[in-house]
Order: sequence, then C-alpha cells, then structure tokens
Amino acid sequence: MNTVFNIHGGIHPAEEKHLSNPGIVVDAGLPPSLVLPLSQHIGKPSSLCVKPGDYVLGGQLLAEADGMVSVALHAPTSGTVIAIEPRPVPHPSALDNLCLEIACDGEDRWIECTGCEDWRAETPESLISRISGAGIAGMGGAGFPTAVKLMARERLPLKTLIINGTECEPYITADDTLMQVDAEGIIEGAQILAHILDVEQILLAVEDNKPAALAAMKAAAEAAGGGCEVVTFPTKYPSGGEKQLIEILTGQQVPAGGLPADLGIVCQNPGTAVAARDAVCIGKPLTDRIVTLTGRALMRPGNYRARLGTPIEYLLTIAGFDPSQNRRLIHGGPMMGFALESAAVPIIKTTNCILVPTEQELPTPPDAQACIRCGLCAEACPASLLPQQLYWYARAKDQEQLERHHLGDCIECGACSWVCPSHIPLVQYYRAAKGMIRESKAEKIRSDRSRDRFEARQTRLEEEAAAREAQRAARRAAAEQKAAAGGADDPVAAAIARAKAKKESTNDGEVDL
Amino acid sequence: MNFLRITSPHGHSPLTTSQVMQAVLLATLPGVMVLTWFFGPGTLINILFGGILALALEYSALGLRNRNPKPYLQDYSVLVTSTLLCIALPPYAPWWLIATGMVSAVILGKHVFGGLGYNPFNPAMVGYVVLLISFPLQMSSWQAPRGLGEIPGVADSLTALFVPASYDGVTMATPLDLLRQNKGLLLEDLFNNTPQFGQWAGVGWEWVNIAFLAGGAWLIYRGIFTWHAPTAMLFTLGLCAAIGFDSGSSESGGSPLFHWLSGATMFGAFFIITDPVSGATSNRGRLIFGALVGILLYLIRVAGNYPDALAFAVLILNFAAPFIDQYTQPITYGHKPPKEDDA
Repeated sequence: MNTVFNIHGGIHPAEEKHLSNPGIVVDAGLPPSLVLPLSQHIGKPSSLCVKPGDYVLGGQLLAEADGMVSVALHAPTSGTVIAIEPRPVPHPSALDNLCLEIACDGEDRWIECTGCEDWRAETPESLISRISGAGIAGMGGAGFPTAVKLMARERLPLKTLIINGTECEPYITADDTLMQVDAEGIIEGAQILAHILDVEQILLAVEDNKPAALAAMKAAAEAAGGGCEVVTFPTKYPSGGEKQLIEILTGQQVPAGGLPADLGIVCQNPGTAVAARDAVCIGKPLTDRIVTLTGRALMRPGNYRARLGTPIEYLLTIAGFDPSQNRRLIHGGPMMGFALESAAVPIIKTTNCILVPTEQELPTPPDAQACIRCGLCAEACPASLLPQQLYWYARAKDQEQLERHHLGDCIECGACSWVCPSHIPLVQYYRAAKGMIRESKAEKIRSDRSRDRFEARQTRLEEEAAAREAQRAARRAAAEQKAAAGGADDPVAAAIARAKAKKESTNDGEVDL
Repeated sequence: MNFLRITSPHGHSPLTTSQVMQAVLLATLPGVMVLTWFFGPGTLINILFGGILALALEYSALGLRNRNPKPYLQDYSVLVTSTLLCIALPPYAPWWLIATGMVSAVILGKHVFGGLGYNPFNPAMVGYVVLLISFPLQMSSWQAPRGLGEIPGVADSLTALFVPASYDGVTMATPLDLLRQNKGLLLEDLFNNTPQFGQWAGVGWEWVNIAFLAGGAWLIYRGIFTWHAPTAMLFTLGLCAAIGFDSGSSESGGSPLFHWLSGATMFGAFFIITDPVSGATSNRGRLIFGALVGILLYLIRVAGNYPDALAFAVLILNFAAPFIDQYTQPITYGHKPPKEDDA
C-alpha cells in the first residue's frame, strides 16, 4: 500500500454522487442527427476530409489531425453529411465553431475495424500512431491530445503512470461508472500506455467515496498480475487536479511552470485508458463516451453512453428534463463546469457531465458583499495562494503584484469562491486578470517585435549609409593614391602637372629675366 | 430556451458573511451573561442602546455614500462593532459617552475608509481609544462586582444612561489597577488583603474571561476564524507574565493566570484580534500578529497608565498588519525551493 500525502486546502462540498446511480450504464440510443465540432480538444482544429452529401460509415475518418497538437475525428454512426457550417459548441466563450452534421440513417453500419494481435510486440511509435489515428484526446475534461502527451517519453525518463480515477467534482460519476463496468479495460489500457511510456509503475488513484469502483479496480489489478497498484485516499475537492493528485500520491510538487513529466510522471483519465485500449486492440476510434446526466431537474438521472455529437437537448429529453424549476445548464461539474446558454449544442470528447440543477439545489448566487478578509479562501486554496490578496490586486489591475503572488499558479478549481462568505466570484476575477496579463504579454511581444524590426531597419540603413560612405572614401583614397604614385597615368593630373610645369618654367623665366 | 450564464463554481458553501457576523454576536452571549450577573444590567443596556445608535449611524453613513443600505445593514457587521465596543465600555455609562464612541467607531473607524472590509483599524477599538483619551474618568469607573457592592437594577441603569447626573453607583478600582498601583505588598498579601481579588484574578473578572474563552472556543470550532492569533497572543502574554512574575514580590507584574483571566484578555484574544479586516491575512501572519499583541498588552498593562491595554496594543498592530502580510506570503504550490536531500 502506497503512503498518501496530504495537500493544503481543499473543501468538502455535498457530493451528490448517488443521484446518478453510479455503476449502471444506460444506452442513450441514436439521435436523428449528430453535430460534430472540428475542435473537441486542445490544439488546432481537425482538417476536413469529407464534403456535404457524402455518405459515411461508422468509424470512418471525417477529419484528420492538422499538425502535431491536433486529433482526428471519426463518424460515430452511418449516415449522410448534410452540413458543414459554424454552429454553437460547448465552450465557455459561447461562440460558434465549424461543425459537421451527420443525418443518421439508423442502420449504424460500421467500417471494418482491425486491432493489433499482440500490443506487447508493437513498438511504442506504432502504438502512438494507432492512438493518434483513433482521435483520442484526454477525456477527463481538458482534452489534450493523448498521443502528444505520450511523446513525453522522448524527452524525459519516465517512471510512473497515474490513472486518475479521483473524480473529485461533486455530481459526476462517469469515471466511477466506467471503473465499475470496465475495470479490466482500464487496466489493459493502462498497461498499453505504460508499455508506450516505458514506465514500471502504474498507480490507479481512486478517492475513498467510491467503494464499488475501488473494489472492482482492486480485483482487476490483482487479476492482471503485478505492476498495477490501486491507491485510495480521503475524499476532498480538488484531489483530482493533476498537480494535487501527484502531491497526494508522491509527496512531490510539480515545479511551477513545469509538467508532471519533469517528475517522471504522466497522468491519464480512466476513459482515455479504455479508449486507448479500444484503439489498439480493436482498432475502434473514439466515437462515444459515458456522460453523467444529473441534477434534480431530471426525472431519470444516470450515466448514459452517448455518441459524440449527440445534441444535449436529445439527452435531456431521454433523461426526463423538467424545466419548471431549472435556470442553469452546466457542461461539466458544479465546481469547474461552465454554463451553457442553450441545449442545442452537442456533447464532445471532453463532456463528462451535463448538470441540470433545480434553483433550490444550486441557487442563483446573490450579489457579492464586501470582502471581510476572513481568509477562508486562503485556507481552501489547494495551490497555497492568497486568494483575497489576488482579488484586491485583480481589482486594482496591479500586474506586478499579481505575478508576485503567483496568479499563474491558480488552477481555477473554484474552492475559494465556494467558501467565500461574501459570495465574491473570485475565480472570475482571476480569469479576467489572467486574460489581462496574457494580453499585455502578447502586446509586449508585439511591441518588442516591432521595436526590434525598427531597430534592425535603422541598423540596416545606417550600415548601408556607412557602406556607401566607405565606398566613396575608398574610391577617393584610391584616386589620391594613384595620383600620388604615378601621376602620368591620369590625364587630368598629367595635364595639371604639365600646366604647373609650364607655369613654373615661365615663372622661372620671369625670375631669370 | 436560454439558460442563465454564470461562471463556475456553481455551488456554494452554506456560510455567508451575515452568518459569520451572527455567529460572532451569538458567541459573545456567555461573556455578556456573566458580565450581567456580576455587574448588573449595565452592559446589556449599553449593547441595546449602542446597537440602535449604530444601525442609525450605519444607515445614514450609507445614505451619504450613495449606497443602497439594505444589503449592507443585513450583513450585521455594524452590530458586531457596536456590541464589541459596548462590552468594552464600563456599564452604566452615560448616553453621550456611548454616542461619542459609536460615532467614532462607525463613522471614523469604518465609513471614512470605505465601509466594511476597507477599514485598516478595528472600528470598536478606534471608538474605545477615542473615549479613553477624551474621557479617562468615565472610562475607568467600573461598577463594583456582585458581593462587593450593590448591583443596580434596570431603572437605575436607564437613569445612568439618560440622566447621568442623578445616578450614583458604586465603583471600585479593578484588579489590574490595584496591581499597577501596588507599592510594597507581596502578591500573596495583595490577594488576601484586597476584596477585589478572587481565586485566580479579580472577583467576577475571572468568570467573565472564562465565559469569553468558551464563546471564542465555539467560534474556532465552527471554523469562523482560526486558532492562530488567539493562541499566539495568550502564549506571549503568559510568557511575559511568567518572566515578570518575580516570584510574587511587590514588584511582580502578576502571574500568567492572573493576566489570562483579567480585564479584556479573553475578550480581546477571541473577539478583537480575530477581526479579519484589520488583522493579518495568512496563518503565519496571524501568529506573529497575535504574539506581538500579547507582548504589547503585557507591557502597557504593567508599565503603562491605562485601565487596560488591549485597545492600544491592537491599534498599534493594525498599523503593522500589512507589513506582516508582506513578509508572510505562504509558499505557492510548485514554488518550494528544491531540497538538498531530494537529489
């Protein structure tokens, strides 16, 4: 049993996990059409390889990864591409983004998927290309392309793979459910990832509020033989944050500005592990996921297996949405999820939860009161920041002090806002302040660049002028030298010399006279 | 349909600022009850009269500052200020003393700086110090405790408040005064020969302090504030007293227990220096803040010339709080200097 370490801060909000019956997966079925954004991950949007009117089969490639940090996109079912146009997507900005709409034909015909026989015999490169070809991006929420994360092995020696089944956000039970229904898949996926990363240790981290998942994972880890260790630790939000989890499991902190790989660690979500297993062993691309539909405005909350691109309205209807008491639709959990303006957006690779609370359950926040500097936020901050100082500096737009107080290390977990007795939306201030700093840094880079450009031009002009001047000087010098050396060669000089000589001779004559 | 767009987090802890303030008010109850038992209803009358006055002042100050008074009055902060000040005032104080104190606390101590959260000094202590410097006589007339003098009734209290000229109470020097003025008596003799001294400290005062300690412990248990500042203050106060105890000679400054259970010690430790607005921010800062208050409290008590030293000690440290904050920033995640033995 690994010893676990404590982290600073953290909070204990009501868990509400029981609402969505963790451990049972319900099939959400096929909606009439699927809307697939080309950007469901961090990085460049995928580049299209179909056009409107094309008939596609399930599993068929719709868009390829565009460059290094990007992933592919596949059709979740068979049907016709009926539109490629900007549509609302689940993103905090609420801006439209390029999407592809497939009218499902209901037959769900698939391309032939072929996996590899024995992944242990494969090279890491070929496994990574399978994973990147399957369009896998981190399914815990951030959506970082998995293949890119796996390439950390080329830069640094790695020793530990952590499968992050913490799921510390209240309400969400998607990973909990997956761990209960497919623990073997997670273990095999983890082993594949460990093989790629060439690490010896696999840690499966599960918070102690999920006894069923814990038991399933322990049983599967035992069945798989050595190498996998299931670690459990007390429930506290945000233990599942990557940096926090690493500290809990190892007692080490990821250095500021660094990556877990700097400590020889890579973290992956259980869903990502299963997707990697499917990609490698069956050749199935990532086209569906488990989504927790929960909140007291739903009559049938639960964990639904839904195709990517399924409109949220469709899922809400299936789960029995009662709009009478509801004002908010949240993509993700109550702590870090963002509110959606409309249910006419699809679920994407990072959608782990759709939360539809009643007004009583998560009331609309009251107006903020004055900060009384009580310091509860500093007690709660898992990054050991001083949130109220950051708040004052963010309000004052004091960039220097914000950086001195390490605003950049804020993980936006929301613990400070949660505890704030004055209901100050602290995280919102930090996001705005981070944006301001980013903007001013970009501005500084722009202005540095134009200053460099200007200075380079100045230098060039001066150099050119100097070169011209030098040329002139060289010519003059050469002429003078020539004149000095053998005047005869130069007709002008010779003429002058002759004239001089003549004049001198006449002068001599005059003198003689 | 359109949903509300609110940024995360969407949930919230059940604790609100109003509840924090209400909890503080509630926690003063044991102390106020014991004060009332030993010194009569004067403190209660102070609190009632002061509270009404403070609400009126807050309302008009908010009006002058063009703020909607309703949400601000609902935060209970002005009632906390007025209650704390009124507990610190001598019972049976005249109305003009309380009124001057309230105006100083609410207007000068709080609204001049921008209201709740912006005041650099503890408003109740600002009010107290203004009164102590302006009206030293009235501020040092403490009613004799039960058993040593007649306890006035409610009618007498109201007379004292509104017609101070026709009120005649029994006042006595407090144990802290007696100790300071002691010339030549061994501590033990002083305790034995003076009726104001009880078992550990002053008659009545020891129980008042124990009651405030109980209220404060409840607040810490509730998580309203942390243990750091009170513990540090009590520790350094006890330490100084232990150093200055001088085996109970006539020069003795009093025992640690005497200082812990005298005057405003517990009230100050749990209700005054824990004021977050004017104190230090980080837990390390609070330790330093509390420790320095404890030292100053002892020094001013023993070497100064005032009935008690808390208000001065707190105000002086309020000046220092931003400075303490500057040097007690906790180490952010990932910024720990790498340890030698890790390599």
